[in-house]
Amino acid sequence: MRGTASDYSLVTPKSLCEALTLIQQGAHPLAGGTDLMVLFEAGSLQWKSLVNIAGLKELKGIRFQQDRVELGALTTYTQILEDKKVVSHFPMLAESARLTGAWAIQNRGTLGGNIANASPAADSPPSLLAYDAEITLTSATGDRTIPYVDFHQGYKKTAIREGEIIRSITLPFPRRHSHTYFRKVGTRNAQAISKVVVAGLAHIIGGRLDQFRWAVGSLAPFPKRCRHVEKILWGNRVAKDLIQTACDNLKNDIAPIDDIRSTSTYRMIVARNCLKDFLEQLL
Amino acid sequence: MKPTFKLKINGKAFAVQAHPLERLLDVLREQCGLSGTKEGCGEGECGACSVLLNGELVNSCLVPIAQAAGAAVLTVEGLASKSLSALQKSFLEHGGAQCGICTPGMLIAASALLKTSRRPNEKKVREALAGNLCRCTGYQNIVESVVGAHKESR
Repeated sequence: MRGTASDYSLVTPKSLCEALTLIQQGAHPLAGGTDLMVLFEAGSLQWKSLVNIAGLKELKGIRFQQDRVELGALTTYTQILEDKKVVSHFPMLAESARLTGAWAIQNRGTLGGNIANASPAADSPPSLLAYDAEITLTSATGDRTIPYVDFHQGYKKTAIREGEIIRSITLPFPRRHSHTYFRKVGTRNAQAISKVVVAGLAHIIGGRLDQFRWAVGSLAPFPKRCRHVEKILWGNRVAKDLIQTACDNLKNDIAPIDDIRSTSTYRMIVARNCLKDFLEQLL
Repeated sequence: MKPTFKLKINGKAFAVQAHPLERLLDVLREQCGLSGTKEGCGEGECGACSVLLNGELVNSCLVPIAQAAGAAVLTVEGLASKSLSALQKSFLEHGGAQCGICTPGMLIAASALLKTSRRPNEKKVREALAGNLCRCTGYQNIVESVVGAHKESR
């Protein structure tokens, strides 16, 4: 059944302040529409009262500080790809943006929307997790900033509280000479929803890994870091037997399922191969 | 009472009365008489409903009319003035249209590419058209049409 517009309300506020008042009263934000308009058309958009936040300048813009960049929640994939500094400092985020949908989606879809929609298969969360981002939430009562790693808590369950929306995402610059790895495996090169998506960041000093983050999507009920694997690697010298141990332990971090896009078995094999691929590059 | 939204479509001013959540696609087709823009999947996968919104390629099935308020929209009807555009001529020349349902979206997506890249190579064309599906699978001719468009513009 198609959705009927008259069953819904969509208000366009003039300011963030006005938007937050509406959200506090129970309205749901609508940004680029690339997820919510699909639900609307399918007749399954559950929120009847919507706030059109797309024009709010308070939620826009890319701001560089000395050691980090703050991306407004309404930053689109295209804006990420067009910012040369973002692309050079955060290649994995750029890859996530380049591989999400195709041009028309990249022009509308926003980073904040991708995060808030909280699909386990979203392409930007693994990169944000690997970069150890922070997320700033805002409400009528003020802002709070939390580590992004604490944001996704279960299937479609996030740290967003009633009355809050995402204001911005902040990424610290990776340390110099960090190694990164991003891989999205889908049915085709564009416009595909991931079967597996992974992002990794490693830093080696004196031959030992003194930083290692491995984040995955489509392999668990929510985007997550692989803590077992990270713990095995952190502080150690990358060697063939260590790679074997890390790969064997991946099963303790992920729980891939069979669904319309892929199978649990295939996902497990691909996830393992990606981790092995990254670690072998560090040998 | 439905609010009024003003927008400029193919250079012409329109004022439409619509529910703010109504899709730009439906407003174009049903209120503005511009049925060149097609509905394929209705979920942003196929690109048949592609239009340019303030110069940016979008799927008009995913844009609530409230987000097009005050905007400039270009639909396939806006590509040709009295004569066909170089891109349209190239589609004729290369057999770029089969059943025709994807064609308006292909033309719009291709014109978004040609705005920034006057002589795109095949790889760039394939990337720019990645969000546009052709059920006749006539991709090769479509890609050749876009790659060859600059020749028609001479």
